[in-house]
Parts: sequence; C-alpha cells; structure tokens
Amino acid sequence: MSFLEKLDKMDRRIIFLLIAIVVFVPLLFKYKMKVPARDEVKAIYNKIESLPEGSVVLFSFDYDPSTLAELQPMAKAVLKHLMRKKIKIVFAGLWPQGPKLADEVLKDVNKKFHYKKGIDYTNLGYKQGGIVVISSMASSIKDTFPTIADGTSYDEIPLLRNIHTLKDFSFIISLSAGDPGITHWMMIAKDRFGVPVAGGCTAVSAPQIYPYLNSHQLLGLMGGLNGAAQYETLISDRDQASLGMTAQTFAHALIILLIILGNITMFLLKRKRNERRAA
Amino acid sequence: MTTTAALGIFLAGLLTLAIYSFLYKDNPLYKFAEHLFVGTSAGYWFISNYYNILKPNVITAFGNSHGFWEYFNVIIPTFFGILMLARLIPKVSWISRWAIAFSVGISVGLNIMIALETNVMKQIGATLKPFESLKFSQGFLGDSVNAIIILISVVTVIIYFYFSKEHTGAYGKVAKLGIWVLMLTFGASFGYTVMARISLLIGRIQFLQNDWWNAIKYLF
Repeated sequence: MSFLEKLDKMDRRIIFLLIAIVVFVPLLFKYKMKVPARDEVKAIYNKIESLPEGSVVLFSFDYDPSTLAELQPMAKAVLKHLMRKKIKIVFAGLWPQGPKLADEVLKDVNKKFHYKKGIDYTNLGYKQGGIVVISSMASSIKDTFPTIADGTSYDEIPLLRNIHTLKDFSFIISLSAGDPGITHWMMIAKDRFGVPVAGGCTAVSAPQIYPYLNSHQLLGLMGGLNGAAQYETLISDRDQASLGMTAQTFAHALIILLIILGNITMFLLKRKRNERRAA
Repeated sequence: MTTTAALGIFLAGLLTLAIYSFLYKDNPLYKFAEHLFVGTSAGYWFISNYYNILKPNVITAFGNSHGFWEYFNVIIPTFFGILMLARLIPKVSWISRWAIAFSVGISVGLNIMIALETNVMKQIGATLKPFESLKFSQGFLGDSVNAIIILISVVTVIIYFYFSKEHTGAYGKVAKLGIWVLMLTFGASFGYTVMARISLLIGRIQFLQNDWWNAIKYLF
C-alpha cells in the first residue's frame, strides 16, 4: 500500500488523538489569546458603557449545562462589565437550569464587586412557557413572577419596586442555546415594545441569528466562544474564553490542514486510478 | 471545597473519560456512562417538571384560587393536560387530540403574527431599506455592495425554491446561483459547528485540568 493509500485509509482514531493533543497542549501553557472585537460585539459593549449608573437590565440565562463551555464565559464577561458600571441586574431564565447557572456566575464574579441581593441584583428564576412568558412579562412582570426564585414575594424586593413591565428595563441581554432564547426576546421585547435586545448564542445557532443584526432587530451578538473572547478583549480581562480560543485556533488549523490533505490525497489517487485505467 | 463536592467532581471526571472512551471503540465503561446519563436525565426532568410546571401551575395555583374564574383558569388547562395522558390507552387515545388541538391552536395564535412580522416583514424591509440611499462614494461603497449582494442572494435562493417552473435556461442559471448562495451559507454553518464542537471539547478538558485535578488532589 502506497503512502497516499495509507493516508486515504487513515484510522479516524488518529484524527481524534491529534485533535485531543492540539486542544490539550495549548491549554496546558495557559496562553490567553487576544481576539479583536467585531462590530456586533462592540455594540453590546458600547450599549452597556452608555448606560447610566443604576440602570436596570434584564439578564436572561436561556441555556443549560450542555452549552456551558460556550455561554458561561460570555455570561462572566458581560456580568463583570455590568458590575463595573454599577448597573443593577435582574436575572431570569427561559430554561429550567438557567437561573442556577446565573447564580454560579454571580457567586464567582461577585467576590470582587459585592453586589447586594435584592438591592443591586435579583433572580426571578425560571418560568415555563418561552414566548408566552415573555409576552406576559411585557404586560406585568409581577403577575408572571409573583414570587422569585428563592420564594420571596415580588413586592418585597426593593430592586423591583419600579420594575413593572419589560419596558422598564434599559436593556435586555439573553444568552441563548436555542429555543426559547434570544430570538423570542427580540420578537416580543424589541419588535413589539422597542426595548433593545442583545446577547450571545452558541456557535451552531449563530448563522441563523446573524440576519437579525443586519435588520437592526438585535443590537449586538456574541457567537460562541469566539464572541466571548472578543468581549473579554473589550473589557481588558482575558479569561476562560481567551484561553479556550488559543486551543480553538490550533484545532482549526489542524482541521484545515486535514481537509486540504484529504482533498489532495483524493485527487492524486483519482488521477492515479485514471492513469492505471488508461494504461 | 467540601468532600461531597470533590466526590461529585471526581465522579463527573471519570464519567467524562468513560464517554470519551467511545472514540477508541465501544466498551462497557461507555455503555455504563451512557445508561447512567439516560437514567439520571429522566429522573432529573421528571422532578424538574413536577416542581417547575405541575406544582406551581396546578397544585399551588389551585390552592391560591379564589372565585369562579381563577378556578376555571386552573381546571381547564389541567383537564386538557390529563386528556393528553389518554394516549397511553389505545382505545381512548383519540381524546388526546383535543388537548393537542388546544395547545397547537394557542401556539399558532400566539406565534403566527409575531413570526410573520419578525421573520418575514422586518427581514424584507431590512433587505430593501439600504436601496433608499444607495451611494457608491468613498465610505459608503462597502455597505452598498453588501446590500446588492444580499438582495441578489435572497432573490436567487427564492428562485431556487420555486419549483412550479422548470429550472432551465436563464431561469435555471439564476437558480444555480441560488444553490451557490446556499452552499456558502452551509459552509458558514459548518465552520461555526466545528467551532461549537471544539468549544465543548475545550470545556471538558478545562474541567478535567482544573476542577477534576483539584478534586483528585483534595481527595487523595
């Protein structure tokens, strides 16, 4: 068997091993890559920068642990920025595990900022229903969440005293892994009530969400780990996503190399077969 | 870190490795992890649905109801919910269609106008709006060319999906351009999918490198 034929029939486990190595080794060296921010990510950053201190934003965690690797670094970066700007945050989730993930990020980031529960932030929790929940929040958040995640009554939360409907938020951020998620917030909050909506999504769903940026229905978008790394660059706090992007870059380079190699091998073998047939 | 948390993380790390062992070949460790995942997921979602849906929307809501309409608002959806269970009994499974019709009707009623507005009207508007002020002078050239490319792409893809006319001649060539646009879109989607899958692997390796390793150091 010639070298080309061996390459053509290469055991796929070798590819798995190579991918594992190119991902593992860069993570070992902990080099955090600086990923330049694109306009759609800058738009989110600029919006938060423009908000006056004390503004209230709704931060919806519309994902579960299966997409943690992509969306949690995003959540961390945006939360750090919001807290630096002393913006008050109302967390919520259209996915059952979303609010718990919000608590986790908050616990981590709040070690530095010391936000007070009920005054600077609160977690509404999860409500089943997706778009119906958002529609209901547009009429009355109190009716949608009579009690918040920890069982406290809505009226007892000082932060929520002046928050009645979605229109009372300066901005809505949704980190979304699918349905329900960012598109549903946009459909109701932005398209119906004019509240700016932005956020992040998994890389898989990014191509479907990009058209809404072009139509200005979404203010900004972070797509996958790359989007999170861009945000980390903007806030000058390169963390988990920037570290991940180093490994990501090596993995992409390997995949591109394998695609090129696979194609060259295929064409050369095809030519060889044709020559043999002609002879 | 508490011992319970360390044990949990340690187990999670072992299960991650068990799942990845499938990449070498199918084996009992992988099968065990897979079955454990299916079992715990089923248990988790059962409890989650009870506490997030059934308890607040039926039990608590019924207990807090006062007056006819409040009871009505709980009893009717609960009644339809119970009808859904009729699917389990073949003789009366047809009754579940009422519940499905109820839920489909509500979803369609809620979504149809919103989806039409968001996904059709606003998108058509955004595709055509740049043509109101198309400029080819310096500083506007990029946006103008972009607007033209988007319009051509939209029209050619729509033509490709119009099957009432045979794709031959000039019409066929335009449809072929639509296929190219679709291929480019699929290419972009594939690129993003690769990034997403590698991100998941990165997440797992970071977990093994940091949390799992710390748990091992704590336990042993």
